[in-house]
Amino acid sequence: MDHKIDRRDFLKLAGLGGAVFASGLSGWAQAAKSAGAQEFYFVQLSDTHWGFKGPKANPDAANTLKKAVAAVNSLERKPDFVVFTGDLTHTTDDPKIRRARMAEFRDIVSALNVKDVRFMPGEHDASLDRGEAYQEFFGKLNYTFDHQGVHFIALDNVSDPKAALGEAQLAWLKQDLDQKRKDAPIVVLTHRPLFALYPQWDWATRDGAVAIDLLLPHKNVTVFYGHIHQEHHHMTGHIAHHAAKSLIFPLPPAGSVPKRGPVPWDANAPYKGMGFRAVEADAEKAGYRIDERPVVKG
Amino acid sequence: MRTTIHRWWATLFLWVAVLGMTGTPAAATDAPVIRLTAKKFEYDRREIVLKKGVPVVLEITSLDRMHGFNLPDFNLRADAVPGVVTRIRFTPDKTGRFVFFCDIFCGDGHETMGGTVIVKD
Repeated sequence: MDHKIDRRDFLKLAGLGGAVFASGLSGWAQAAKSAGAQEFYFVQLSDTHWGFKGPKANPDAANTLKKAVAAVNSLERKPDFVVFTGDLTHTTDDPKIRRARMAEFRDIVSALNVKDVRFMPGEHDASLDRGEAYQEFFGKLNYTFDHQGVHFIALDNVSDPKAALGEAQLAWLKQDLDQKRKDAPIVVLTHRPLFALYPQWDWATRDGAVAIDLLLPHKNVTVFYGHIHQEHHHMTGHIAHHAAKSLIFPLPPAGSVPKRGPVPWDANAPYKGMGFRAVEADAEKAGYRIDERPVVKG
Repeated sequence: MRTTIHRWWATLFLWVAVLGMTGTPAAATDAPVIRLTAKKFEYDRREIVLKKGVPVVLEITSLDRMHGFNLPDFNLRADAVPGVVTRIRFTPDKTGRFVFFCDIFCGDGHETMGGTVIVKD
Protein backbone atom coordinates (compact mmCIF):
# COMPACT_ATOMS: atom_id res chain seq x y z
CA MET A 1 0.00 0.00 0.00
CA ASP A 2 1.46 3.29 -1.04
CA HIS A 3 -0.52 6.46 -1.27
CA LYS A 4 -0.54 10.17 -0.75
CA ILE A 5 -2.71 11.71 1.90
CA ASP A 6 -3.83 15.28 1.59
CA ARG A 7 -4.41 17.73 4.40
CA ARG A 8 -8.20 17.27 4.24
CA ASP A 9 -7.87 13.50 4.77
CA PHE A 10 -5.67 14.04 7.78
CA LEU A 11 -7.98 16.59 9.27
CA LYS A 12 -10.89 14.22 8.72
CA LEU A 13 -8.95 11.48 10.47
CA ALA A 14 -8.10 13.68 13.37
CA GLY A 15 -11.35 15.57 13.56
CA LEU A 16 -9.41 18.80 13.78
CA GLY A 17 -9.47 22.02 11.84
CA GLY A 18 -7.47 25.17 11.39
CA ALA A 19 -3.73 25.29 11.37
CA VAL A 20 -3.17 22.23 13.49
CA PHE A 21 -2.52 19.22 11.35
CA ALA A 22 -2.80 15.86 13.04
CA SER A 23 -1.91 12.45 11.72
CA GLY A 24 -3.87 9.42 12.78
CA LEU A 25 -0.93 7.58 14.18
CA SER A 26 -2.81 6.24 17.14
CA GLY A 27 -0.32 3.50 17.81
CA TRP A 28 2.47 5.96 18.32
CA ALA A 29 0.86 7.78 21.20
CA GLN A 30 -0.58 4.62 22.69
CA ALA A 31 2.81 2.96 22.69
CA ALA A 32 4.41 6.06 24.20
CA LYS A 33 1.75 6.18 26.87
CA SER A 34 2.06 2.51 27.74
CA ALA A 35 5.81 2.97 28.16
CA GLY A 36 5.11 5.66 30.71
CA ALA A 37 6.29 8.43 28.45
CA GLN A 38 5.22 12.03 28.90
CA GLU A 39 3.92 14.30 26.20
CA PHE A 40 6.56 16.37 24.53
CA TYR A 41 7.11 18.35 21.42
CA PHE A 42 9.95 19.21 19.13
CA VAL A 43 10.52 21.68 16.32
CA GLN A 44 11.63 20.69 12.82
CA LEU A 45 13.39 23.26 10.67
CA SER A 46 14.63 22.35 7.23
CA ASP A 47 16.40 23.49 4.13
CA THR A 48 17.76 26.79 5.38
CA HIS A 49 20.39 26.92 2.60
CA TRP A 50 22.55 29.49 4.37
CA GLY A 51 24.64 31.26 1.74
CA PHE A 52 22.01 31.10 -1.00
CA LYS A 53 21.66 34.21 -3.10
CA GLY A 54 18.72 34.64 -5.45
CA PRO A 55 16.66 37.79 -5.08
CA LYS A 56 13.84 36.48 -7.27
CA ALA A 57 13.36 33.52 -4.95
CA ASN A 58 14.16 35.21 -1.66
CA PRO A 59 15.38 38.83 -1.47
CA ASP A 60 15.64 38.43 2.31
CA ALA A 61 17.84 35.33 2.26
CA ALA A 62 20.37 36.92 4.63
CA ASN A 63 17.71 37.36 7.32
CA THR A 64 15.23 34.52 6.93
CA LEU A 65 17.12 32.06 9.13
CA LYS A 66 17.56 34.69 11.84
CA LYS A 67 13.84 35.42 11.74
CA ALA A 68 13.06 31.71 12.01
CA VAL A 69 15.32 31.45 15.06
CA ALA A 70 13.48 34.40 16.60
CA ALA A 71 10.14 32.74 15.79
CA VAL A 72 11.19 29.52 17.52
CA ASN A 73 12.39 31.50 20.52
CA SER A 74 9.01 33.21 20.73
CA LEU A 75 6.98 29.99 20.81
CA GLU A 76 4.55 29.93 23.70
CA ARG A 77 6.17 26.80 25.07
CA LYS A 78 9.80 25.88 24.73
CA PRO A 79 10.31 22.73 22.64
CA ASP A 80 12.12 19.75 24.11
CA PHE A 81 14.50 19.86 21.19
CA VAL A 82 15.01 21.28 17.73
CA VAL A 83 16.11 19.31 14.68
CA PHE A 84 17.37 20.67 11.37
CA THR A 85 16.67 18.11 8.66
CA GLY A 86 19.39 19.02 6.20
CA ASP A 87 20.57 21.56 3.65
CA LEU A 88 21.72 23.79 6.46
CA THR A 89 23.96 25.55 3.97
CA HIS A 90 23.83 26.15 0.24
CA THR A 91 26.41 24.20 -1.70
CA THR A 92 29.66 25.58 -3.00
CA ASP A 93 32.65 24.03 -4.75
CA ASP A 94 35.02 25.95 -2.46
CA PRO A 95 35.79 24.05 0.76
CA LYS A 96 36.72 27.28 2.55
CA ILE A 97 33.43 28.95 1.68
CA ARG A 98 31.58 25.76 2.68
CA ARG A 99 33.18 25.87 6.10
CA ALA A 100 32.59 29.61 6.41
CA ARG A 101 28.89 29.08 5.70
CA MET A 102 28.71 26.27 8.22
CA ALA A 103 30.39 28.45 10.84
CA GLU A 104 27.96 31.29 10.14
CA PHE A 105 24.99 28.94 10.27
CA ARG A 106 26.19 27.51 13.58
CA ASP A 107 26.61 31.01 15.01
CA ILE A 108 23.11 32.06 13.96
CA VAL A 109 21.36 28.99 15.37
CA SER A 110 23.34 29.26 18.58
CA ALA A 111 20.82 32.00 19.41
CA LEU A 112 18.10 29.35 19.81
CA ASN A 113 17.06 29.27 23.42
CA VAL A 114 16.76 25.48 23.30
CA LYS A 115 19.58 23.45 24.76
CA ASP A 116 19.07 20.33 22.66
CA VAL A 117 19.62 21.20 18.98
CA ARG A 118 20.26 18.39 16.53
CA PHE A 119 21.53 18.55 12.99
CA MET A 120 21.39 16.44 9.88
CA PRO A 121 23.09 16.91 6.52
CA GLY A 122 21.47 17.62 3.18
CA GLU A 123 23.10 17.07 -0.18
CA HIS A 124 24.08 20.75 -0.29
CA ASP A 125 26.06 20.28 2.93
CA ALA A 126 27.60 16.90 2.39
CA SER A 127 27.49 15.50 -1.14
CA LEU A 128 30.54 17.21 -2.63
CA ASP A 129 32.96 16.14 0.10
CA ARG A 130 31.09 13.11 1.44
CA GLY A 131 30.28 14.93 4.64
CA GLU A 132 33.83 15.87 5.63
CA ALA A 133 33.17 19.53 6.47
CA TYR A 134 29.74 18.74 7.91
CA GLN A 135 31.22 16.31 10.42
CA GLU A 136 33.79 18.87 11.53
CA PHE A 137 31.00 21.25 12.50
CA PHE A 138 27.98 19.12 13.36
CA GLY A 139 29.16 15.61 14.17
CA LYS A 140 27.93 12.27 12.92
CA LEU A 141 26.04 11.90 9.67
CA ASN A 142 23.69 9.26 11.08
CA TYR A 143 22.86 8.52 14.67
CA THR A 144 20.13 7.57 17.10
CA PHE A 145 18.81 9.06 20.29
CA ASP A 146 15.95 8.40 22.65
CA HIS A 147 13.56 10.94 24.06
CA GLN A 148 10.68 10.30 26.45
CA GLY A 149 10.42 6.69 25.35
CA VAL A 150 10.58 7.42 21.63
CA HIS A 151 13.47 6.11 19.56
CA PHE A 152 14.73 8.58 16.96
CA ILE A 153 16.86 7.42 14.03
CA ALA A 154 18.62 10.03 11.89
CA LEU A 155 19.52 8.56 8.51
CA ASP A 156 22.02 9.98 6.04
CA ASN A 157 20.84 9.70 2.43
CA VAL A 158 22.96 12.54 1.10
CA SER A 159 26.68 12.17 1.82
CA ASP A 160 26.82 9.62 -0.97
CA PRO A 161 26.31 11.92 -3.98
CA LYS A 162 24.28 9.13 -5.57
CA ALA A 163 21.62 9.73 -2.89
CA ALA A 164 21.89 6.29 -1.35
CA LEU A 165 21.94 5.09 2.23
CA GLY A 166 24.44 2.40 1.35
CA GLU A 167 24.86 -1.16 2.55
CA ALA A 168 26.81 -0.26 5.68
CA GLN A 169 24.19 2.18 6.93
CA LEU A 170 21.36 -0.21 6.09
CA ALA A 171 23.11 -2.91 8.10
CA TRP A 172 23.49 -0.42 10.96
CA LEU A 173 19.78 0.39 10.70
CA LYS A 174 18.82 -3.27 10.75
CA GLN A 175 21.00 -3.90 13.78
CA ASP A 176 19.43 -0.96 15.58
CA LEU A 177 15.87 -2.02 14.73
CA ASP A 178 16.54 -5.62 15.73
CA GLN A 179 17.07 -4.39 19.28
CA LYS A 180 13.65 -2.73 19.40
CA ARG A 181 10.27 -4.19 20.20
CA LYS A 182 8.00 -4.36 17.19
CA ASP A 183 5.61 -1.91 18.89
CA ALA A 184 8.30 0.54 20.01
CA PRO A 185 7.58 4.15 18.99
CA ILE A 186 10.12 5.08 16.32
CA VAL A 187 10.66 8.36 14.52
CA VAL A 188 12.94 8.39 11.49
CA LEU A 189 14.56 11.64 10.40
CA THR A 190 15.96 11.97 6.90
CA HIS A 191 16.71 14.71 4.40
CA ARG A 192 15.46 13.15 1.19
CA PRO A 193 12.23 11.16 1.02
CA LEU A 194 12.78 7.45 1.58
CA PHE A 195 10.00 6.63 -0.86
CA ALA A 196 9.97 7.51 -4.57
CA LEU A 197 7.93 10.69 -4.29
CA TYR A 198 8.73 11.93 -7.77
CA PRO A 199 11.79 10.34 -9.34
CA GLN A 200 11.51 12.68 -12.36
CA TRP A 201 12.70 15.46 -10.05
CA ASP A 202 15.07 13.21 -8.15
CA TRP A 203 12.79 13.27 -5.11
CA ALA A 204 13.73 9.83 -3.91
CA THR A 205 16.45 7.80 -2.21
CA ARG A 206 18.06 5.24 -4.43
CA ASP A 207 17.87 2.43 -1.87
CA GLY A 208 15.13 3.97 0.26
CA ALA A 209 12.80 1.02 -0.38
CA VAL A 210 15.25 -1.22 1.47
CA ALA A 211 15.04 1.03 4.53
CA ILE A 212 11.24 1.06 4.34
CA ASP A 213 11.21 -2.75 4.17
CA LEU A 214 13.30 -2.84 7.34
CA LEU A 215 10.93 -0.40 9.05
CA LEU A 216 7.65 -2.00 7.97
CA PRO A 217 7.64 -4.82 10.58
CA HIS A 218 7.61 -2.10 13.23
CA LYS A 219 4.11 -0.93 14.04
CA ASN A 220 4.76 2.64 15.13
CA VAL A 221 7.07 4.38 12.69
CA THR A 222 6.82 7.95 11.44
CA VAL A 223 9.25 9.74 9.13
CA PHE A 224 9.99 13.45 9.10
CA TYR A 225 12.09 14.77 6.25
CA GLY A 226 12.90 17.86 4.12
CA HIS A 227 14.43 18.31 0.67
CA ILE A 228 11.25 19.09 -1.27
CA HIS A 229 10.70 22.55 0.27
CA GLN A 230 7.01 22.08 0.95
CA GLU A 231 4.61 20.37 3.26
CA HIS A 232 3.75 16.90 2.02
CA HIS A 233 2.20 13.82 3.60
CA HIS A 234 2.36 10.28 2.34
CA MET A 235 1.82 6.74 3.58
CA THR A 236 3.85 3.66 2.71
CA GLY A 237 1.81 0.95 4.37
CA HIS A 238 1.30 2.11 7.94
CA ILE A 239 4.34 4.41 7.89
CA ALA A 240 3.58 8.11 7.58
CA HIS A 241 6.09 10.41 5.88
CA HIS A 242 5.86 14.16 6.55
CA ALA A 243 7.92 16.64 4.50
CA ALA A 244 8.67 20.05 5.99
CA LYS A 245 8.67 23.48 4.42
CA SER A 246 11.92 25.24 3.62
CA LEU A 247 13.34 28.38 5.18
CA ILE A 248 14.78 29.75 1.95
CA PHE A 249 12.19 29.29 -0.83
CA PRO A 250 9.32 26.96 -1.64
CA LEU A 251 9.36 24.51 -4.54
CA PRO A 252 6.27 23.72 -6.61
CA PRO A 253 4.29 20.51 -6.10
CA ALA A 254 5.78 17.49 -7.85
CA GLY A 255 5.17 17.55 -11.59
CA SER A 256 3.03 20.70 -11.46
CA VAL A 257 5.42 22.61 -13.73
CA PRO A 258 7.76 21.35 -16.47
CA LYS A 259 10.94 22.19 -14.55
CA ARG A 260 11.69 22.12 -10.87
CA GLY A 261 12.68 25.56 -9.62
CA PRO A 262 11.98 28.00 -6.78
CA VAL A 263 8.53 29.51 -6.55
CA PRO A 264 9.14 33.24 -7.10
CA TRP A 265 9.00 35.54 -4.07
CA ASP A 266 5.63 37.20 -3.64
CA ALA A 267 6.18 40.79 -2.49
CA ASN A 268 2.55 40.91 -1.38
CA ALA A 269 3.01 37.84 0.79
CA PRO A 270 6.65 37.65 1.94
CA TYR A 271 7.83 34.21 3.10
CA LYS A 272 4.75 32.59 1.59
CA GLY A 273 5.24 28.84 1.44
CA MET A 274 8.11 28.92 3.95
CA GLY A 275 8.08 28.01 7.58
CA PHE A 276 8.86 25.43 10.22
CA ARG A 277 6.80 23.04 12.26
CA ALA A 278 6.15 22.06 15.82
CA VAL A 279 5.50 18.35 16.30
CA GLU A 280 3.68 17.25 19.40
CA ALA A 281 2.83 13.82 20.75
CA ASP A 282 -0.74 14.12 21.97
CA ALA A 283 -1.60 11.16 24.16
CA GLU A 284 -5.11 12.45 24.81
CA LYS A 285 -6.04 12.55 21.12
CA ALA A 286 -3.90 9.51 20.37
CA GLY A 287 -1.92 11.02 17.53
CA TYR A 288 0.74 13.37 16.33
CA ARG A 289 -0.08 17.01 16.07
CA ILE A 290 1.88 18.85 13.42
CA ASP A 291 1.57 22.58 13.70
CA GLU A 292 2.91 24.45 10.68
CA ARG A 293 4.34 27.81 11.67
CA PRO A 294 5.21 30.81 9.48
CA VAL A 295 8.60 32.52 9.44
CA VAL A 296 6.97 35.70 10.67
CA LYS A 297 3.52 36.12 12.15
CA GLY A 298 1.14 37.68 9.62
CA MET B 1 55.27 2.61 -14.30
CA ARG B 2 52.42 4.01 -12.24
CA THR B 3 51.09 5.86 -15.31
CA THR B 4 51.12 2.62 -17.31
CA ILE B 5 49.17 0.82 -14.60
CA HIS B 6 46.65 3.66 -14.45
CA ARG B 7 46.18 3.48 -18.23
CA TRP B 8 45.71 -0.28 -18.05
CA TRP B 9 43.06 0.05 -15.36
CA ALA B 10 41.33 2.88 -17.27
CA THR B 11 41.16 0.71 -20.39
CA LEU B 12 39.86 -2.25 -18.42
CA PHE B 13 37.27 -0.06 -16.68
CA LEU B 14 36.13 1.31 -20.04
CA TRP B 15 35.46 -2.15 -21.44
CA VAL B 16 33.81 -3.36 -18.27
CA ALA B 17 31.54 -0.32 -18.43
CA VAL B 18 30.71 -0.84 -22.08
CA LEU B 19 30.07 -4.56 -21.88
CA GLY B 20 28.46 -4.43 -18.48
CA MET B 21 25.85 -1.87 -19.43
CA THR B 22 24.85 -3.21 -22.78
CA GLY B 23 25.90 -6.81 -23.10
CA THR B 24 26.68 -6.01 -26.72
CA PRO B 25 28.83 -3.14 -27.93
CA ALA B 26 26.92 -0.68 -30.09
CA ALA B 27 29.03 -1.51 -33.11
CA ALA B 28 27.51 -4.99 -33.14
CA THR B 29 23.97 -3.65 -33.50
CA ASP B 30 22.11 -1.73 -36.15
CA ALA B 31 20.63 0.64 -33.63
CA PRO B 32 21.33 4.32 -34.18
CA VAL B 33 23.75 5.84 -31.70
CA ILE B 34 23.03 9.05 -29.85
CA ARG B 35 25.94 10.63 -28.01
CA LEU B 36 25.29 12.56 -24.84
CA THR B 37 28.04 14.48 -23.07
CA ALA B 38 27.65 15.83 -19.55
CA LYS B 39 29.46 18.68 -17.86
CA LYS B 40 28.60 21.08 -15.06
CA PHE B 41 25.64 21.74 -15.22
CA GLU B 42 24.27 20.61 -18.54
CA TYR B 43 24.21 17.91 -21.17
CA ASP B 44 25.14 18.86 -24.69
CA ARG B 45 21.61 17.94 -25.76
CA ARG B 46 18.54 19.45 -24.16
CA GLU B 47 16.26 17.22 -26.22
CA ILE B 48 16.62 13.72 -27.60
CA VAL B 49 14.04 12.77 -30.19
CA LEU B 50 13.33 9.05 -30.59
CA LYS B 51 10.85 6.87 -32.40
CA LYS B 52 8.60 4.45 -30.58
CA GLY B 53 9.59 0.85 -31.12
CA VAL B 54 12.94 1.71 -32.69
CA PRO B 55 15.99 0.55 -30.70
CA VAL B 56 18.61 3.16 -29.91
CA VAL B 57 22.00 3.21 -28.22
CA LEU B 58 22.83 6.10 -25.91
CA GLU B 59 26.55 6.76 -25.51
CA ILE B 60 27.08 8.77 -22.37
CA THR B 61 30.24 10.41 -21.12
CA SER B 62 31.37 13.40 -19.09
CA LEU B 63 33.89 16.17 -19.66
CA ASP B 64 34.63 17.22 -16.11
CA ARG B 65 33.46 15.01 -13.24
CA MET B 66 31.12 12.16 -12.44
CA HIS B 67 27.54 12.93 -13.39
CA GLY B 68 24.52 10.72 -13.69
CA PHE B 69 21.96 10.05 -16.38
CA ASN B 70 18.54 9.06 -15.15
CA LEU B 71 15.46 8.51 -17.30
CA PRO B 72 12.99 7.21 -14.73
CA ASP B 73 10.02 6.70 -17.05
CA PHE B 74 12.04 3.99 -18.80
CA ASN B 75 13.78 2.81 -15.65
CA LEU B 76 17.16 3.69 -17.13
CA ARG B 77 20.17 5.13 -15.39
CA ALA B 78 23.91 5.24 -15.87
CA ASP B 79 26.96 7.03 -14.58
CA ALA B 80 28.56 9.62 -16.85
CA VAL B 81 32.28 9.21 -16.22
CA PRO B 82 35.10 11.33 -17.67
CA GLY B 83 37.13 9.31 -20.15
CA VAL B 84 34.59 6.50 -20.25
CA VAL B 85 31.76 5.93 -22.72
CA THR B 86 28.83 4.16 -21.13
CA ARG B 87 26.37 2.64 -23.58
CA ILE B 88 22.70 1.98 -22.89
CA ARG B 89 20.63 0.18 -25.47
CA PHE B 90 16.89 0.49 -25.17
CA THR B 91 13.71 0.57 -27.19
CA PRO B 92 11.18 3.24 -26.24
CA ASP B 93 7.80 1.59 -25.90
CA LYS B 94 5.63 4.65 -25.30
CA THR B 95 5.25 8.10 -26.79
CA GLY B 96 5.47 11.40 -24.99
CA ARG B 97 7.93 13.77 -23.34
CA PHE B 98 10.08 12.30 -20.58
CA VAL B 99 12.49 14.05 -18.26
CA PHE B 100 16.10 12.95 -17.91
CA PHE B 101 18.41 14.45 -15.31
CA CYS B 102 21.71 14.19 -13.48
CA ASP B 103 21.21 12.07 -10.36
CA ILE B 104 24.70 12.47 -8.88
CA PHE B 105 24.92 15.72 -6.96
CA CYS B 106 27.48 17.87 -8.74
CA GLY B 107 27.20 21.36 -7.26
CA ASP B 108 25.28 24.61 -7.45
CA GLY B 109 23.34 24.08 -10.65
CA HIS B 110 22.83 20.36 -10.26
CA GLU B 111 19.09 20.75 -9.85
CA THR B 112 18.73 22.27 -13.30
CA MET B 113 20.88 19.73 -15.11
CA GLY B 114 18.58 17.76 -17.33
CA GLY B 115 16.66 17.52 -20.56
CA THR B 116 13.78 15.85 -22.32
CA VAL B 117 13.45 12.65 -24.29
CA ILE B 118 10.70 13.04 -26.87
CA VAL B 119 9.31 9.79 -28.23
CA LYS B 120 7.16 10.02 -31.34
CA ASP B 121 5.04 7.49 -33.22
